[in-house]
Amino acid sequence: MHEMSLCEGIISVLEAEAKKQNFARVKTVWLEVGPFSGAEPEAMKFCFDAVTRGTLAENARLEIVTPTGQGFCGTCMKTVTIAERYDPCPVCGAVLLQITGGEQLRIKELEVV
Amino acid sequence: MCATCGCGHGEVRIEGVTHDTDHFKSFRPAAHAPDVSPARMVQIEQDILSKNNDLAGANRKYFSMRGIFALNMVSSPGSGKTTLLVRTITDLKGKLPVAVIEGDQETSNDAERIRATGAAAVQINTGRGCHLDAHMVMGALEQLKPAPASVLFIENVGNLVCPAAFDLGEAARVALFSVTEGEDKPLKYPDIFASADLVLINKIDLLPHLSYDMAKAEANVRRVNPRARIMTVSATSGEGLAEWYQWLSDPAARAAA
Repeated sequence: MHEMSLCEGIISVLEAEAKKQNFARVKTVWLEVGPFSGAEPEAMKFCFDAVTRGTLAENARLEIVTPTGQGFCGTCMKTVTIAERYDPCPVCGAVLLQITGGEQLRIKELEVV
Repeated sequence: MCATCGCGHGEVRIEGVTHDTDHFKSFRPAAHAPDVSPARMVQIEQDILSKNNDLAGANRKYFSMRGIFALNMVSSPGSGKTTLLVRTITDLKGKLPVAVIEGDQETSNDAERIRATGAAAVQINTGRGCHLDAHMVMGALEQLKPAPASVLFIENVGNLVCPAAFDLGEAARVALFSVTEGEDKPLKYPDIFASADLVLINKIDLLPHLSYDMAKAEANVRRVNPRARIMTVSATSGEGLAEWYQWLSDPAARAAA
């Protein structure tokens, strides 16, 4: 259940940004959670509601964007889309792709007042 | 409210550190910004783990300035991390200075087991938390003050999911799993195995009693992590430990694939 501390990480980023960019409340948070980030979007939503209580993001909406998992196939010499970290190349079947996308765990954008 | 520094319920406790010290005070959330104007959009593109990563960077600098070789030991509960450490410390006594940071949800049993060997150890109890983070390690370092040029073992909370995301500032990550756990552990918990520099397969003294397919286990590690070194060991019988000791004490042995 490390989603709880990840959400606390979000709050601390928001608090730092609030000072820097001069806003008081956060209405919406757009979050990018990759399939290989180790975080579960549903658990993030659950924890977000819990940890935002009494903070500048109380009652804020959490919008989760899920980028696709991507790997570079050294045989095809191109980037392919994969569902699991250890999936083989969907084109040629080669294994051991270099993961190039899907590990994101990032706040993209905020709606603030 | 904070699972990371532990203010509120399920508190983080570090032996020798009280909640009034600067370590915890510095982590309390800042006051909120003053009220202003109508709704607007703000692009921030910030990694959620950026704060942890910054603190991990500070730990890494601390280690490199002192020539400390820090290892983040991750595994499921019961795979033999503490037994391996006790054996390692005992066997290397007088050859390699060692210090240990122990992470568990509750109790200081593991730190006591380590201290019984004569090595310095500090216990972190994570309370509600399911993993160690860079801030907790930083607090433990203030207490432990590991000797220059020592090996620092950071034994993470027994958990194959959450510790994967949290850099502690270690030089290398060691994932441990035992032959009683099934060959498919790396496929079930790919994130943690993908992030490991060394994978230790422990309890090989039990192999005669099990139908364990070692080749399959190693292939599963390879599937999620082609670059990790794999060693098969028994912390009880001592089999395979010579290679582990060489890896610990000799940077050249670590560099060699």
